[in-house]
Amino acid sequence: MTEKKIRVLVAKPGLDGHDRGAKVVARALRDAGMEVIYTGLRQTPEMIAEAALQEDVDVVGLSILSGAHMALAPRILELLKSNGQTHVKIFMGGIIPDEDMPRLKDMGITGIYGPGASTDEIIKDVREAVK
Amino acid sequence: MMTLTNSVLEGNRLALARLLTQVENDSSEGRAALAELFPHTGKAQLIGVTGASGTGKSSLVNQLALHYRKTDGSRKRVAIVAVDPSSPFTGGAVLGDRVRMRDLSGDSGVFIRSMATRGSLGGIAQTTAALTQVFDAAGFEIIIIETVGAGQSEVDIARLAHTTLVVEAPGLGDEIQAIKAGILEIADVLVINKADRPGVENTERALRSNLELAHPTQRVFHHHGRSISVTAPATDSKLWIPPIHKTVATEGKGIPELAESIAKHAAHLHQGGDWAARDRARLGSELEAVLGEALMTRFHETVPQEQYDEIVEKVLSRNLSPWEAVKSLLNGSSE
Repeated sequence: MTEKKIRVLVAKPGLDGHDRGAKVVARALRDAGMEVIYTGLRQTPEMIAEAALQEDVDVVGLSILSGAHMALAPRILELLKSNGQTHVKIFMGGIIPDEDMPRLKDMGITGIYGPGASTDEIIKDVREAVK
Repeated sequence: MMTLTNSVLEGNRLALARLLTQVENDSSEGRAALAELFPHTGKAQLIGVTGASGTGKSSLVNQLALHYRKTDGSRKRVAIVAVDPSSPFTGGAVLGDRVRMRDLSGDSGVFIRSMATRGSLGGIAQTTAALTQVFDAAGFEIIIIETVGAGQSEVDIARLAHTTLVVEAPGLGDEIQAIKAGILEIADVLVINKADRPGVENTERALRSNLELAHPTQRVFHHHGRSISVTAPATDSKLWIPPIHKTVATEGKGIPELAESIAKHAAHLHQGGDWAARDRARLGSELEAVLGEALMTRFHETVPQEQYDEIVEKVLSRNLSPWEAVKSLLNGSSE
């Protein structure tokens, strides 16, 4: 019997092309023993929700540096919900202004990380969230 | 559990995704569901895609799936199982094949599932075959399995798939690479992808000369200015000689021709009775694996752990050879 693995979708919605952060996080989660499905740049909310469904992930990690987080996050949450994936936890990283954070958390985003966040902290929070 | 398998049979995608996880984790629910689904399997066509990393396997799979969904008019439902390696140190994995398959998103007739090898070495994971059975039962007519890109000894895929594509690319290896046993022998169809790159002639020549060694056909020798044509002894017309296709997957070039060869190979298997033979071989080895596991479980239930440990100690101290040890374990005496 294989033990249950934590499966994480790492996706970059929106139009900016900076995927270094997403790749750093993907590697860190891999090194923590998780299975990371990496989907690449410029994903629409529909593509992200579809991939999250097909891959039956526990966690979706979004990297957004374009400033469009207040439009993209609710849309992705809504699609996951309508697909029946209410148990999936969403984490966000990128450039998120402080004043947006409480609103995103209220919407149902589990964790938000800015530049300089430690990968150890992200790994700990992901493990905690899927317990 | 009954409800989950029913939902899968009815085409519920969330149920399918969840069941795939259960099966991949080899849970007892997953096993029970596989047993329930088994009567519904045996209808899908399984296509394996293997080859070294960097040859463009994922892009090729993307184009093949697009072909079945759009170009050829059949609109067959396509499932893709994309396997990538797990880290042997942490057990984690980054599964990145979806990056090259974005053209397929938004099509409800396509289902892509990434899986990690989880310690298995044959290019696919232990439960890859079981995952294809779930897709088969769920009504996917074409199942494409993409192996990890190790490039050698992915024999497991040939055992699983009806048709195995081996993908090469110019400039990746020399003739000796192609001559190495294993990878070419499992090919039903050879693909030279990235055929717009320099060196494609060399790759093709190397592959063709290797095929010639295995399947001699007509040849022309040039001897003292005269051409002598020698026809090889008539080979069995039932013999399948792997065709070589040149493709540029990023542009979709050569894909319809490749799909035609895959269809021809499937027809060839059906005509010669090999389709059934492959099924028999595959299910036979699956049965044996399950049987082996069950026998081990039963063995450990009947032989007390102390007796087993005692014998291991004797082997360690070189008082007993492993063969003698097994004999005495199976006879139930500690001598």
